Amino acid sequence: MADFFFGLPVLLQAVLKGIAVIIVIFPVAAACSMAERKVCAWIQGRPGPNRTIFPLFRGIPGMGVLQRLGVFQLVADGLKFLFKEEPTPGHVNKLYYTLAPVIAMVPAFTTVTVVPFGAYLGSAGSVVPLSLANLDIGILAVFAVASLGIYSLILAGWASNSKYPFLGSVRASAQLISYELSMTLAVLPVFLWVNEPGSTGSLSLARVVEFQSRAGFWGGTWFLFTMPVSAFIFAVALFAETNRQPFDMAESEADLVGGFHTEYGAYKWALFFVAEYANMIVGAGVFALLFLGGWNLLPWVPLASLLGWLHHATGSALWLHPLVAGIVSIAIFIAKILATLFVFMWVRWTLPRFRYDQVMRIGWQKLLPLSIANLIVYTVAIALMQR
Amino acid sequence: MPTEHAFPDSAARIARAEAGAEKMSISMGPSHPSTHGVLRLQLELDGEVVTKADPVIGYLHRGDEKIAENMTYNQFVPYTDRLDYLAPLANNMAYAIAVEKLAKLEVPPRCQAIRAITAEMARISSHLLGLGAFGIDVGAWTVFMYTFTEREKLYKLFEELTGARFTTSYSRIGGVARDVPEGWLGRVDAFCVQFLPNLEEVLNLLTRNKIFMDRTAGIGVITKEDAIAYGLTGPNLRASGVALDLRKDKPYSGYEQYDFDVSVGTRGDSYDRYLVRAEEMRQSVRIIRQAIAMFPPGKWSAEDARKIVAPRKDKVLTSMEELIQNFMLVTEGPQMPPGEVYFEAENPKGALGFYVVSKGGGVPWRLKIRAPSFCNLSILPKLCVGVMVADIVAILGSLDFVMGECDR
Repeated sequence: MADFFFGLPVLLQAVLKGIAVIIVIFPVAAACSMAERKVCAWIQGRPGPNRTIFPLFRGIPGMGVLQRLGVFQLVADGLKFLFKEEPTPGHVNKLYYTLAPVIAMVPAFTTVTVVPFGAYLGSAGSVVPLSLANLDIGILAVFAVASLGIYSLILAGWASNSKYPFLGSVRASAQLISYELSMTLAVLPVFLWVNEPGSTGSLSLARVVEFQSRAGFWGGTWFLFTMPVSAFIFAVALFAETNRQPFDMAESEADLVGGFHTEYGAYKWALFFVAEYANMIVGAGVFALLFLGGWNLLPWVPLASLLGWLHHATGSALWLHPLVAGIVSIAIFIAKILATLFVFMWVRWTLPRFRYDQVMRIGWQKLLPLSIANLIVYTVAIALMQR
Repeated sequence: MPTEHAFPDSAARIARAEAGAEKMSISMGPSHPSTHGVLRLQLELDGEVVTKADPVIGYLHRGDEKIAENMTYNQFVPYTDRLDYLAPLANNMAYAIAVEKLAKLEVPPRCQAIRAITAEMARISSHLLGLGAFGIDVGAWTVFMYTFTEREKLYKLFEELTGARFTTSYSRIGGVARDVPEGWLGRVDAFCVQFLPNLEEVLNLLTRNKIFMDRTAGIGVITKEDAIAYGLTGPNLRASGVALDLRKDKPYSGYEQYDFDVSVGTRGDSYDRYLVRAEEMRQSVRIIRQAIAMFPPGKWSAEDARKIVAPRKDKVLTSMEELIQNFMLVTEGPQMPPGEVYFEAENPKGALGFYVVSKGGGVPWRLKIRAPSFCNLSILPKLCVGVMVADIVAILGSLDFVMGECDR
């Protein structure tokens, strides 16, 4: 199977990978929106969406549970966006107005390709990461491509030719640029630590996970524990970068009606929506890789030893099969992403929203100095430790 | 707690704005998520700083005052529901007391107690919505859902008492529509018991929340002098440090018997207005529980005033005299002496006043409504200058107005 895939022309491989991304991320992002509605409802003491069901499914055992969980609402929502009339306001710049949601999708889906999402056991017990494009510049590629997402907000706000979207997009662009800095500085210590002297330097995300799966106390410690400040700054910046409450200045529905997407409706709006969730998924994924040990189940329990123990406990060699290992690792990784996303939602439905100037003040006056100090402290500490 | 972006430096901001660039004019409302109905603010922005704010009102004008001249006194009661539609029971009461004052009619203590209890329940319901909407305005959605859960319980009680959840039309001139149902007071008391901890839980989400305090403390500061000069009333006035509460100062409907505190703010900012409303809900619970504890027996309407109060229905169907009385009241309206009267009640939003001029007969010759929301909004052009766009939302939320009452 794998041989067959790698035997295909490179271009065809790329197309297939791209289709795989869309097929996986689009429903996952949509499911996230459903989860958001459900989590929000639970936090607010409501049942949430629990009515929708396909007429044919009624009466099939087990479907009632899915109905109450709102699973079918997901389909209903998606279909609604697809079949709704798409009015384009007369005052917009049609080309850029249409282009903006498309551009929003591109970086969101491109970053997915460089995020390793699992691993399988190769020959001789080595752990080989699974990703669509295993780039050496991993984290740089994520940052570089993700920051292109601003263009969609700016374009949407500008092309809408309307005042509230304009204010929203101006806010968003300033905010995204401000928080990018702290975010980048926050992850630098991780890579300083990972690229110890004598090793071949790499910014690959898989390498960070590999580092967190080493033997011994320090080897198995997640960076969340060794670099809590970095993790904190990264998490806060992630909220700001993905325009999530309490930093959702770009939308800020209380004062800007809908922010940059005020003039959008139907499927174009849904594209923004999916892009936001795709960004969140990627962000949560990067957070899990950098600070939560990637596909290792628990701190000090690397994937390889987990599978080894399972093999010993059950006596089945099945656990060592590359496919099983891959599935287990992907499941662990996705569980971590989901847990992180839950925190995103939890915060959104609990906290009020900052004001725009407060967001900027936090970004420049609190987070940036903190991340610089953090970087300096860790640089010196790592230099002393690894001398 | 002073914050670095407090109100006073707004003059500097405006000067900076005026020295520089082009301004953007933007219409906030009448259909905007945070203008609480159909208020429209014509804003002039320099970047995100507001340099000018003109409130435009009247999108919900129905001519209530003129309508009142064309119907009997009791027929106007449903229109009072639609003034401050978040506290219809309190409006019903204020209107009824105003007309009763014109007729120099005393209602029995039981009726007074019923009115006081319902008015305080209306106050809780109105403040809960004000608080929840304020939460949404600053981005805390969950607060709104929590407060709505409590309001739902109140609405159930309203429905049981009046037959309607929202537009209660409960008062009649000289009494109330019907007596309290069996066991209703016990259920109100049970609501009060469970309400206080729930209220604290909701307030916990906001009161010490750093983001909420950043958004509201020092924003929209109204000084004591300004508050008086602009005719503010209710929680907005008290938050500025003026301990004016008509329930204490000019007691009506038996409020003098109840022991409660007037909550007063110190700084007059949005945060203080929030705290004052929160405290008022606790005090309302106190009043309700006292009123229930000393709930008087006896008549629930001034039945002896035969030209004003309708007879009981069972008598109408069996006795000739009551049938005629009922017929006359329905066709001619409650008979009032000529004269004019002004009465203000402490409503959740502020002092709701009715000025009634009568030339005798069953129809008011002129009825003027002093709407607290209208007066409270008059300070907006002064308040909304030099703040940021998002602050306007926080200020509007903290003023807690209702356009149904403002536009009448």
